[in-house]
Amino acid sequence: MKKELGIFILLIALCVVTAILNPRFLSPTNLTNMANIIGMFGIFSIGLGLVIITGGIDLSVGSMFALAGVLLSIALREWGLPWPIAALFVIIVPMALGAIHGTLVTQMRIQPFIVTLCGLLLYRGLARFIADDNTKGFGNAEGFETLRSLASGKFLGLPMPFVLLVVIAGIMWLVLHRSVYGRYLFAVGRNEEATRFSGINTKLVIASSYVLAGLLTGIAGILLSFYTNSISPSTHGNFYELYAIAAAVLGGCSLRGGEGSIIGIIIGTALLQILQNLVNLLGIPSSLNFAVMGAVVLLGVLADSYLGNRSLKN
Amino acid sequence: MPLLEMKGICKRFPGVVALNEVDLSSDTGEVVALVGENGAGKSTLMKILGGVYQPDGGEILVDGEPREIQNVEDAMRLGIAFIHQELNVVDNLDVAGNIFLGREPRTKPFHLIDQKKIHDDAKPFLARLGLDIPSDTRLDELSVAYQQMVEIAKALSLNARLIIMDEPTSSLTLAETNRLLSLIKELSSQGVSIIYISHRLAEIDEIANRAVVLRDGENAGEVARKEISHDRLVNLMVGRSISQFYVEPKESSKAGYFQARNLRSSRYPDCSVSFDASQGEILGFAGLVGAGRSEIMKALAGLDRTSQAKVCINDEDIEIRSAKDAINRGIYLVPEDRRSEGLVTEMSVRENMTLPDLPRYARGGLIQFGREREVANAQVETLKVKTPHIEALVRNLSGGNQQKVVLGKWLAMQPKVLILDEPTRGIDVGSKAEIYQLMRTLAEKGSVILMISSDMEEVLHISDRVAVMHEGRITGVLDRAHCTETNIMQLAVGQSVEVAKPACSE
Repeated sequence: MKKELGIFILLIALCVVTAILNPRFLSPTNLTNMANIIGMFGIFSIGLGLVIITGGIDLSVGSMFALAGVLLSIALREWGLPWPIAALFVIIVPMALGAIHGTLVTQMRIQPFIVTLCGLLLYRGLARFIADDNTKGFGNAEGFETLRSLASGKFLGLPMPFVLLVVIAGIMWLVLHRSVYGRYLFAVGRNEEATRFSGINTKLVIASSYVLAGLLTGIAGILLSFYTNSISPSTHGNFYELYAIAAAVLGGCSLRGGEGSIIGIIIGTALLQILQNLVNLLGIPSSLNFAVMGAVVLLGVLADSYLGNRSLKN
Repeated sequence: MPLLEMKGICKRFPGVVALNEVDLSSDTGEVVALVGENGAGKSTLMKILGGVYQPDGGEILVDGEPREIQNVEDAMRLGIAFIHQELNVVDNLDVAGNIFLGREPRTKPFHLIDQKKIHDDAKPFLARLGLDIPSDTRLDELSVAYQQMVEIAKALSLNARLIIMDEPTSSLTLAETNRLLSLIKELSSQGVSIIYISHRLAEIDEIANRAVVLRDGENAGEVARKEISHDRLVNLMVGRSISQFYVEPKESSKAGYFQARNLRSSRYPDCSVSFDASQGEILGFAGLVGAGRSEIMKALAGLDRTSQAKVCINDEDIEIRSAKDAINRGIYLVPEDRRSEGLVTEMSVRENMTLPDLPRYARGGLIQFGREREVANAQVETLKVKTPHIEALVRNLSGGNQQKVVLGKWLAMQPKVLILDEPTRGIDVGSKAEIYQLMRTLAEKGSVILMISSDMEEVLHISDRVAVMHEGRITGVLDRAHCTETNIMQLAVGQSVEVAKPACSE
């Protein structure tokens, strides 16, 4: 809890500083846009966070976005599938890929980094091939206006992705912090062997975390597709897995596994996005975007290990 | 003049006096055994000598001159080498590379490692130990026993005059142990002094010139070579004669209640093991390290992926394909390695206690913390686990209390068959007695207790019967009346004993 509090204070401080330096930060347009982006990134960061808690990693998220986006456009506009079926299809594909990752990791004992690195290359290539390297879009969304408004519309004045994040975070909080399954996720992340000795099917627990991450990636993939409204298969979703990993680590997840919280992941996501916003609003050259992010994540982790060491000594 | 004298050494840690005015000396070429229970201060004393800790009082004399040993390098310079129980070898380097790690001979202009010289230099040390391995063998291709010898060679290459060995035989086979013991004799005749820490009194009897006994951080006494005897050492260590732990079972137990048939393990795939146990019985499993006892028990608990077990409890046939099968039938394993297999040490006492049976504390998949806490508190109380509260991380508990948490995990689930693999390894005497008591109580309530132990005293004092294993097979089962150290050792090395019985009725 302490960890989350520290980074939450940092988040608030960052917001206050930005608001003072540039009041446009608090303009309704900017806030709505921030909520929209935090919503999308938060959803798949939670998925990646679950995988990280089991001691794994998923590098293929960004490429899955490209694949999901391309498939969604094709399913709706070229195959003419009804939107609920198309949406379901685009959620099931990442889940199936997640299941394959999980199987390779647990049954074939290949390191998650390698499995999902291959996924990153594979799905990006596949997306570009399927789309013939052409940019895909949704035109006027004829016939699937409902899906578009579900993905990029508003609910009670709040952008849909943000509303969805709140709902999903609530459910995932119950799953991770209150359910039997959540306890198993932490247990395999901390000591898989002892967990297995307690009669728990650790392979199933680990593999399922990749499937769950796939589900959330699929949902976020639909939101993202309608947010950008055009999917260029070679760049869509590039590096997004790294945003999620950075957010999870900032939010207190340990890459060794067994540590992390939903609240932390969401605060981490928000912090990263607001940081980017700040770079824009303060007129810092946007070419420095990544550099600022890298520096902040590094400082956050350093501060955390410094404070952690101190509290261990006391 | 003795080579080494430690006089009046004191060491305090927050809350405990680890050493109080302890003396120890060693002559050139002398083998001094340092014995005492866990927590008696042996390791602390040796860490002071090895430069790991600084003493709070007392002095250390080497060759009669007072010396300060500030760090490990100081100790090395004085010719003191420390061979830890956990070996300090780099297993992806070869033998020569390990011996000269950090002191590699270099070639001239580019300062690369002089491959020829390093191997040439290594050879005399290997020869001195009678080691017939090439100096370019990678350490991970060697057994633990050889790795240990490489560490000794390294100590010799540093001109060690005194070698401290901390339980060097704990993971060696019998043949390897004998080899190490004769090596120690050889080193001692070459003028190297040895301080030998061990719990195995037979080894001490064989090699030590003198045994120094510590108890609760103080000198408890010294025994000269001729007077070393089991009883004498144990008396000094414990400060009283060991009371008989053995308690006769109250009622006549139900024979044939538990039957295990044709258990196989991946370690000895060609050997099958069958045995019977009565209800309410504590069946000990003795044998040398590597006899396959743990592997067979893992197969029984559904943890050996390559095998499946058929057992029969109370005339009901059960097939065990997974850990879940075993657990559903009330067969639980308390593994040998608590920290890596028994516990999730980074989780709380509460979370560990409820882990195997978590769905029972949940409704609709969500854990009911109140019920969880209730059970955890109850277990902490009945097992007398010393922990500030149930939310404390298991990592922070002592060995004995960690073991109680592992037991607590399973006791909350009414075991039918409880397998305990080395249940008291690394646990202090007080907790040991409590754990023995607990085992007996469980047996009286009708559980079958299968106890693997390499501690002869434990096997003799706790078991109702003892099954002895040798290289994957049960060589015989001894009734209480025939449980003697000699009989067990005979069976453990694969010889037959007349009074031994077969392990099962068929």
